[in-house]
Amino acid sequence: MRRVAIVGAGLTKFYRNTQETPKELAYEATKMALDSCELKLSDIDCVVNGTAPDAFDGVHMKGEYLSDGSGAYRKPYMRHYVGGGTGVLSPIHGWFHVASGMFDTCLVVAEEKMSSAYPHPAGAFLTIFDHTTEQPLYPTLIWIFAIEMNRFMTTHGYKKEDIALVAVKNKKNAMDHPSAQLPAEITVQDVLNSEIMAWPVNRLDISPTSDGAACIVLAAEHVARRITEKPIWIDGVGWALDTAYWTTRDLYYPDYLEVAARQAYKMAGIKEPSKEIHVAEPYDPFTYKELHHIEGLMLAPRGKSVQMLVDGHFNRNGNLPTSPSGGLLGVGNPIAAAGLMKIIELYLQLKGEAGKRQIPGNPTCGVANAWGDLMQVGTVTVLRK
Amino acid sequence: MITDKEVLKTATKLSAEEIQKGKVLSVKWTPNLKYAWDNGPAIGRYLAELKNGKIIGKTCDKCHRIMIPPRMFCELCWVPTGEWVYVKDTGIVNTWVVSYVDWKAGRLDIKGGVRPFTPAVIEIDGASKGMGILHHLNEVDPWKIHRGMKVKAVWKPPEERTGSITDIKYFKPIK
Repeated sequence: MRRVAIVGAGLTKFYRNTQETPKELAYEATKMALDSCELKLSDIDCVVNGTAPDAFDGVHMKGEYLSDGSGAYRKPYMRHYVGGGTGVLSPIHGWFHVASGMFDTCLVVAEEKMSSAYPHPAGAFLTIFDHTTEQPLYPTLIWIFAIEMNRFMTTHGYKKEDIALVAVKNKKNAMDHPSAQLPAEITVQDVLNSEIMAWPVNRLDISPTSDGAACIVLAAEHVARRITEKPIWIDGVGWALDTAYWTTRDLYYPDYLEVAARQAYKMAGIKEPSKEIHVAEPYDPFTYKELHHIEGLMLAPRGKSVQMLVDGHFNRNGNLPTSPSGGLLGVGNPIAAAGLMKIIELYLQLKGEAGKRQIPGNPTCGVANAWGDLMQVGTVTVLRK
Repeated sequence: MITDKEVLKTATKLSAEEIQKGKVLSVKWTPNLKYAWDNGPAIGRYLAELKNGKIIGKTCDKCHRIMIPPRMFCELCWVPTGEWVYVKDTGIVNTWVVSYVDWKAGRLDIKGGVRPFTPAVIEIDGASKGMGILHHLNEVDPWKIHRGMKVKAVWKPPEERTGSITDIKYFKPIK
């Protein structure tokens, strides 16, 4: 296998109800990524695209629909999709193409436009449940995430007001992100007083409906060294699915993520993740989910993540900054693009080009994950400089 | 890492009402998507037994789990499953929610007296530990539900049952 680097990145503003079409968003991010490393589309050998349910846009076969905006005209092109986990599968999918030796360069494009679905994109998710045993009960995603949050809380004795600190931290971090949709200085009390959606989940525990696109440029080592003095290497990849019989799993712990993380850490030669990783972008569509994933990534012992959060361990100037970007809670959650936004944040942090968001201490190793399908998929990418 | 600021300026905010009233160009389309799902022998029998007021599972001869809903192969051991086993219609609450929203993220009129939805994962007695199903709780104060609460299925009358998971109306607490 060949070593693969990220050499360029582009990210649109995240916003609800952008006027641009999905294709235009994809074009914007892709053009920006190519410009960032001074490459032309003719320098690119292949393109991969990540985008979540077709039902958001009401366009079936969305991968094909997005191909033009992704720069895929007459190039090898392939779409990948694992629900919310898509955005961190994106760099992995691009990595296959280059690591295999088949291609020297690859564009990895992720796009999502959720706001086209009315009255609310949540309705598009009913059909992800088992058609016979679950759909007749009219479940919704918020229910099953709140169900998981409650199991996480009752197992470890975590309190809602402590978990709310994730929203406070991430929205504040997002104040420094130019693409952010929901940056804010809020308090724990604001989270607790926000509208109850599905207890224990309040409105400020959830990331928003968003539109946006992201793109990274991948290159094989010999090409990457010609393009940039600071390539950021994809040193570990892992992905795994737990069973779709989600009500038979103990939801307090994300086993799917531990399996994926162990795979990625093994490939990257990481033995003690909590010491060897300097910055993390755990997937945070909900407040509890950042903590759930910090434990699954083995960056905190089980049952200890909340105390570490309260102690400031995960702040931008803490021992292990998590979601320094502002995460999905602060920057926004255009599903696939949000996952790739996390990868781009690590890329900028490791390059030392994160501007006001730059964490101290010259970080050299970062990890990001995403999660999706029926709460069952884990996708993990480890980057190093 | 940002596009030009014009993005913000050109962004639009639409309400569902504006679409319904035809103030913006929109496509009205009622998809007539109807599916006839085949359930296979395992879920087929599960539904038939629900119509009889019973819950049935299946065992795995390798890991010895008693699984509900029943399935033709064990997803962990990757072997065909074995015997059919009736389990009870009682169980305990594994985890739950008090939901103020419906499946479309529509808000319930809680202030108007509408009861929140209280869906839960219910571990069914007689199945292996941790084997839960998704169903609703009722006949209980939503704020008094707790982990480990004992519950029992409330069935529709036999003549109203159709062979569906909704032949169980909901689960209610028991002592």
